This record gives sequence, structure tokens and C-alpha cells, in this order.
Amino acid sequence: MNLLTQPWPWYISGPLIGLMIPTLLILGNKSFGISSSLRHICAAVLPGKIGYFDYNWKKEAWKLIFVLGVITGGFVAGKVFENPNPIQLSANTISDLNTYGITDFSGLHPQQLFNFQSLLTLKGFVLIVVGGFCVGFGTRYAGGCTSGHSIMGISNLQIPSIISTCCFFAGGLIMTWLILPYILKL
Amino acid sequence: MTAKIKYFISGFVFGIILIKAEVVSWFRIQEMFHFQSFHMYGVIMSAIAVGMLSIFIIKKLKIKTINGEPIVIEPKPSDKGNSIGGLIFGFGWALTGACPGPIYALFGSGVLVMIVTLLSAIMGTYVYGVLSKKLPH
Repeated sequence: MNLLTQPWPWYISGPLIGLMIPTLLILGNKSFGISSSLRHICAAVLPGKIGYFDYNWKKEAWKLIFVLGVITGGFVAGKVFENPNPIQLSANTISDLNTYGITDFSGLHPQQLFNFQSLLTLKGFVLIVVGGFCVGFGTRYAGGCTSGHSIMGISNLQIPSIISTCCFFAGGLIMTWLILPYILKL
Repeated sequence: MTAKIKYFISGFVFGIILIKAEVVSWFRIQEMFHFQSFHMYGVIMSAIAVGMLSIFIIKKLKIKTINGEPIVIEPKPSDKGNSIGGLIFGFGWALTGACPGPIYALFGSGVLVMIVTLLSAIMGTYVYGVLSKKLPH
């Protein structure tokens, strides 16, 4: 029971993520990646004939089924077998975040920042909506995300994936060190 | 449909790993970008190591799919989007604390406001699709 509720160390969870690659290749010649699901959702539901979305998305329906699985897995691991303890962060991270008034470390995501009420504040809007927009726009512009580029692409020795991953980190560092402090003070 | 259940199960397992690895956590992402813990780096690097070894073995032994087809991996397109889009995604990663996989897993785990992040990401994808011909590639 404990094994199911407690978090897994990196040397267990990392290799398991890596095993997604041969699993999907052997099951159906599918390349591991998540962000293309966003494109397929657009192709399936949004109207208008736009070249980027004008393809037979049904051929890629497996990915939509895959992300339905991810949602369900998230429910089982995060809700049914929820970790009852606060996340074991480094003491430095906790004290850094304390200076921005983040004091609640229960759950995986800061409930003080990510909730429906905070959507009505500028801070919450930037974190939840602008952030989400950047994730969708950026991953599709880059041609992949942390799964498709950083894990799958680099594992397949793809130069564009190495460049993309360096830029994912550069963007994250610029945001975290130069911009986020101002957003969190809003 | 039964042929597709294997993808649901794969996604299900992936969702469980994402949550139990805590890589979906905004806290962990902040810790990573502040270089205050090895956890995230350990997850990403060991995932790449196992992925790389797996692809090497698949290619070396010419392993086939369960349907007997040869395994083909499409190369990733190379253009300016890798760097410009990569930076923009990096901003979003640090803001939301989630990349696309974790957005789905977090929503499932009960962080319901992530549906708004998902819809915003779909919007971002749509805007990219509309503008893609005009953007530098």
C-alpha cells in the first residue's frame, strides 16, 4: 500500500519513462510524444480549413486514446493512491517560495496559485492561461515537447531535439530567474 | 477499438509514472530551474539513457512490432522553430509547471483548473497553426 501512495525515486521513475519508447514502438510503430495530441484535438474540433490542421486526424486517433489513458492514470495515482505527505522539496526551494507568500506545500501543485478563483487575478491568469498558451504555441512551433523532443528525440540522436531541449531549459531559466519573480509578486 | 486499448493502457501507465515521479509538480519544476535538487535531472537523464539503449537495441537486432512490421522512427524536422518555439515553450513550462503530458495527468489527479491550461494550450496550438506560414521556419 505504501509503495502505491509514496512517490517514486528518480532512478525508478526515469527508467520507466524511458521504457515508454520501446513499448510504443513495439506495440504499434508509434513514436513517443504528447504535444501532437494538441494538434489532433484542433484538427478534430476546431472549424475552418487551415493547412496545419487539414489532415486525416483519425489516423492519429491512437494519441488521443493515449492521453485519455494519461488522464485516467493521473486520477488513479494522484487521487485514489494520493500521497498523504507534503512533497519533499529541498529546504532552499521552500524558503525561496516562502518569500513569495507560497506557504502551502500540500499536493503536487501549489493550490494557492492554481485554482479557479485565481483565474480572475492577473497573477493567476498569467500562470494558468498565458502559461498554457505558451506551452501549446511553443511545443507546436518547436515540433515537440519534453516527451517528443527531450526523451524520444534525444534518445534517437536527433540534432533538432537537442537544440529544442536546450531552448526549453533556456526559456525556463529566463522565466524563472528574470520574469517569474515579478509575476509572483503581483 | 480493441486494437486501440493497448494505447489506453500505455497512457494509463505513463500517467501513473508522471504523478509518482512528481515531475508534474510546479514545485519540482521550480526546484529544477533553481538547481536545488537532482531529482528532475535524474528522471530526465535516466529516461533518455534507457530510451537511447532501447532504440539502439531495436535497431541493432532489427526488432519488429508485434504485427511483424519493421520499426521506423520518423526524423524530427529541423528549423528555426526548434529554438524560437523551444524558448516560448520554456516560458510556459516555468509558468504552468507542466509540459503537455503533465497537464493531462494533473487534471486527472484532481487539479481541475488544469482544464483551463489545457484549453489555453489548445488555443496556442490553434494560433500557431493559423500563423505557421508567416512565422520564421
